[in-house]
Amino acid sequence: MAEYLFTEEQQDLRRGIRQFCAEHASEQAVRTLMESDTGYDPAVWARLGGELGVLGLAVPESMGGAGGGLVDQAVVAEEFGAALLPGPVFGTVGLAIPALVALGGDEQGGDELLSDLVEGRRTAGFAVPDRGGRFDPALVTVTASGGALTGELAQVVDGSADVLLVAACDGAEIGLYATDAGTRTPLSTLDSTRRQSHVRFDGTPARLLASGAAAADAITSAFHTGAALLAAEQVGGAQRLLDTTVAYAGTRLQFGRPIGSFQAVKHTCADMLVLVEHARSVAYHAAWALQDGSDDPGLAVSVAQAVCSHAYQRVATDTVQMLGGIGFTWEHPAHLYLKRAMTDAALLGSAAAHREHVAALVLDTATSNGVLAVAAG
Amino acid sequence: MDDHGELVDKTARQLVEAHDPRTTPHRELLGAIFDAGLAWVHFPVGLGGLAVSRGLQARADAILQGAGAPNPFALNPIGHGMAAPTVLEHGSPELAAELLRPLASTEHIWCQLFSEPGAGSDLAGLATSAVRDGDEWVVNGQKVWTSLAHRARYALLLARTDPDQPKHKGLTYFVLDMQAPGVETRPLRQMTGQAEFNEVYLSDARIPDRLRLGAVGNGWRVAMTTLMNERSAIGGTSSVRGAGAVADAVELWARRPDLHTPALRDALADLWTRAEAQRLTDERARRAAGSGSPGPEGSIAKLVTAELNQDVYEFCMELLGPEATLYGDYTQRDIQRFEEYRGPVQQRFLRSRANTIEGGTSEVLRNILGERVLGLPGDLRADTGKAWKEIPRG
Ligand SMILES: Cc1cc2nc3c(=O)[nH]c(=O)nc-3n(C[C@H](O)[C@H](O)[C@H](O)COP(=O)(O)OP(=O)(O)OC[C@H]3O[C@@H](n4cnc5c(N)ncnc54)[C@H](O)[C@@H]3O)c2cc1C
Repeated sequence: MAEYLFTEEQQDLRRGIRQFCAEHASEQAVRTLMESDTGYDPAVWARLGGELGVLGLAVPESMGGAGGGLVDQAVVAEEFGAALLPGPVFGTVGLAIPALVALGGDEQGGDELLSDLVEGRRTAGFAVPDRGGRFDPALVTVTASGGALTGELAQVVDGSADVLLVAACDGAEIGLYATDAGTRTPLSTLDSTRRQSHVRFDGTPARLLASGAAAADAITSAFHTGAALLAAEQVGGAQRLLDTTVAYAGTRLQFGRPIGSFQAVKHTCADMLVLVEHARSVAYHAAWALQDGSDDPGLAVSVAQAVCSHAYQRVATDTVQMLGGIGFTWEHPAHLYLKRAMTDAALLGSAAAHREHVAALVLDTATSNGVLAVAAG
Repeated sequence: MDDHGELVDKTARQLVEAHDPRTTPHRELLGAIFDAGLAWVHFPVGLGGLAVSRGLQARADAILQGAGAPNPFALNPIGHGMAAPTVLEHGSPELAAELLRPLASTEHIWCQLFSEPGAGSDLAGLATSAVRDGDEWVVNGQKVWTSLAHRARYALLLARTDPDQPKHKGLTYFVLDMQAPGVETRPLRQMTGQAEFNEVYLSDARIPDRLRLGAVGNGWRVAMTTLMNERSAIGGTSSVRGAGAVADAVELWARRPDLHTPALRDALADLWTRAEAQRLTDERARRAAGSGSPGPEGSIAKLVTAELNQDVYEFCMELLGPEATLYGDYTQRDIQRFEEYRGPVQQRFLRSRANTIEGGTSEVLRNILGERVLGLPGDLRADTGKAWKEIPRG
């Protein structure tokens, strides 16, 4: 289907997930879960994977997925982001599943792990360091020897998941491993709806999934897909905040008139609208580009992340400002989104890191055609 | 959709076969493009279109302009981008048939007589009067900032026909023959030194009633068609990645490695990324719009493009440093074609200062986005319900 034209099925999917989130990830549910031990509701997660089947929409049917495309998964990610659905979305859906798909799903035991993740029977985190959203083997400090891992990672999102996919060096060779062991210490996080853990391995047994170029390619592919889905999530959160702000500005009265009739408020909302529309355009372009191979994946993803990280953060901080005191309270949900916006912006590369990638791809390679005149006096 | 796309491609390819754009004179070529239905593909057959989705225009333009055809918007911006859709929507089919072909061929350049000394952002407050006299209207008043009036054959004119009504209600919309007696055009010089816009004095100028667009008193609604098209035409960025103003900044960047700094590199990457986000947003709007007329989302494109242009040329000035403080030629000259904007970069910088004023200021556009797109409440107004003649002006 042509870029930006959503099919009937995709629109149904969006409605269905929105409905599901309204029931199972209401603000009240999110608040309860974010204060629970696990941070999410495993029964809801199991239903998302089993009954709804929306955790592996882009996974080929031959690998036990829905056989759709990344755009389907992005629609789901956007709705999860709008609701702040707690759960291992980033580690499992964003990174681990795409990595296993990139490996072809037929490595030793990979097949079974993939179908467990897709069907919501198990969860996964991705213990692979990145530099601004790109894979850099030099950052890998975990070592592997005779199938056992040693080393630690300071912060792994969804690091307490059932399984961790881990990048490790066996001598000079990079490998991607899977393990359900290791010492996982939950961290106190800015965003309580997106958990992180400190992870330590001490000769921890692990299964090698792939090594060398195959491992590096799968990691790169996962980072691209994860960044595109993260961008869609950012769109969902930002749109929800814009809706909240506009609704409030239309009803809150000061000086005998709705605050939305003040231009300082109205113009801020207009700027938020532009940010959200830009974010939507670049996020779905990235999803379509990765799905159809219609654009340089690195460039599409970096444009998406540079724009969406900035947009979500800006929309979140502006929301707090437009709401006044109520926006600074624990009781109002604005802070939950602000914390997610800050976290999402830091994951898989900041806006600045992605502008750096754009510069490398576009500016450093530009050549002069000499046509533009510069007046010389 | 795909069939229509193929129809557009085929028609465009046949056209460039039959009329080599590199050798055929512009007017003849653009007339042939109109006859083939490729001027505005979403227009009716026989009136410059093929009655297909508006989004397919980009495909036609890619083939035509790829083969060397000029961009008609650059030659006759107000005619091509604003007058044509207004005449089509609000004029009779006979009037459209009479006016559109010479407009499309650029035989007739058009201008827009909207703004007045006392009515800019508050366009509906304008004072130029049109009084009925049998089959004609007699027009008196002063217009200002009228781009290309010095070259125009026809004008889009908004005038007041009933000063006793509230301001939006007493307006009527006309097509004015700029060669009619009583129409006087004087050039206005702008900060670049050039004179692309004018003052236009209307003294008992006469308009036949058949050149009225829409009903008497319905001029505001007709003007909305013009303004929506203006904003999307000004905003509508190229569908080519990296094209538009930002290409100038990248060109200077590539040409002048001696001026590179890390801070400038990041700033340019940010500009490039914003331009790309707007390009994709236009693309998305085009896909969604089909054949409909542009909605308020066109205001996003106008707002972003204007501010981005300014940021791009500010970047260029900062990059160039002391060299940026030199200028070429401040001699007053009339602009003959909009392409003459493409002067040296310092002139482009100065010209970009108009981008956030012309076609609706950025402040007004933010009001529109807030009120019409987001549905926020309107501002408090001092003139609501008052007869136009009782509203203070100045
Ligand atoms: C290069 C150029 C070409 C032009 N070409 C044409 C043309 O061909 N035909 C034509 O008819 N007109 C043309 N214009 C006129 C243009 O449309 C007006 O200049 C514009 O609408 C602003 O009107 P104004 O200049 O009277 O400024 P004003 O309306 O007086 O505005 C002054 C300042 O007040 C602000 N302001 C006004 N109202 C509000 C409000 N409600 N809320 C917040 N801020 C507000 C404005 O944003 C601006 O900053 C052209 C202008 C330029 C610069």
